[in-house]
Amino acid sequence: MIVGDRKPIEEIKEMLTPYKKILLVGCGTCISVCMTGGEKEVGILASELRIISDLEKKGWEITEDTIQRQCEREYIEPLKEKFDQADVVMSMACGVGVQYMAEVFPHKIVLPAVNTTFYGTNVAEGEWQERCAGCGDCVLDKTLGICPVARCSKGLFNGPCGGTDKGKCEVNKDLDCAWYLIYNRLKEHGKLDMLDEVMSIRSWKSSLHGGPRKRVREEAQK
Amino acid sequence: MSDEYTPKIVAFCCKYCAYTAADLAGSMRLDYPTNIKIVQVLCTGRIDVLHILKAFEKGADAVYVAGCEPGDCHFLEGNYRAVKRMAYAKELLKEVGIEPERLEFFHIGASEGPAFAEAAKKMTDRALELGPSPLRK
Repeated sequence: MIVGDRKPIEEIKEMLTPYKKILLVGCGTCISVCMTGGEKEVGILASELRIISDLEKKGWEITEDTIQRQCEREYIEPLKEKFDQADVVMSMACGVGVQYMAEVFPHKIVLPAVNTTFYGTNVAEGEWQERCAGCGDCVLDKTLGICPVARCSKGLFNGPCGGTDKGKCEVNKDLDCAWYLIYNRLKEHGKLDMLDEVMSIRSWKSSLHGGPRKRVREEAQK
Repeated sequence: MSDEYTPKIVAFCCKYCAYTAADLAGSMRLDYPTNIKIVQVLCTGRIDVLHILKAFEKGADAVYVAGCEPGDCHFLEGNYRAVKRMAYAKELLKEVGIEPERLEFFHIGASEGPAFAEAAKKMTDRALELGPSPLRK
């Protein structure tokens, strides 16, 4: 899922200061599951904003709504009336949602309430960890399921580096060394010989270095 | 403070402990402030930060959550979760400009009528000391 963190309240306050009627929109998918921008978090932020508005005489009128997905037009379009009535819209979705709502309703400004951080997984109650960097050229077959792009602090393809220390990374002692994990994983499956293969220099064109990416499936088009 | 200021206090009380203790405090004819509005919940684990924020938004001067003694939760760990949520709610109150001291958590066993009365007095005293909530309607 896409994981995000809510922006500091001061930043949100500053963004909203010029406006009166604010529509706060949550997203019911990834950002809801990571407890950052779902229906409940929309309720919490709306309540905070109402309190701030009362205390600081901001005169904000907050309207709340949460749709299933802000990355799909069919879920956004029913919000038209609410968009029309608002001076500004604040999205609690990931950056995709913010942008796509602004594309669907270009006459309205859509502000982000969330910093989109990573593609991750919910490893335990209340804890999410990064697992994928969306680089566009997956090598998980060579590492048996541990991504060196997302999980090695240096993104090394032929690790570990000299900074590995008892399974931890020199960048942060709380971080597992991805190449230590990869070594153990290969060993567990009796495939340590795979480490003899040196991974070649890769092209990062498939990542953001080739510009924004696009996928077209003709069989799915009209 | 002005003589007219009587704090409005909301107490979210667990049915299995603090609410029973409140009942007992009544049966024992214990004195405690009458400005406490008790909301019975099945477990303090049910209390979300949203309930706390709403109470303040509607003008409560103080809010407290009273749950079971550690290890005594009817649902095993609802009270532990509530304690953590209250810490989070205090952070949220702080960031919007409300004194976090206006919110508190108490562990009160079902047989502790006097402890219930004590908590009610403590929060009333605190609300008197802090003065009316800036959001008071």
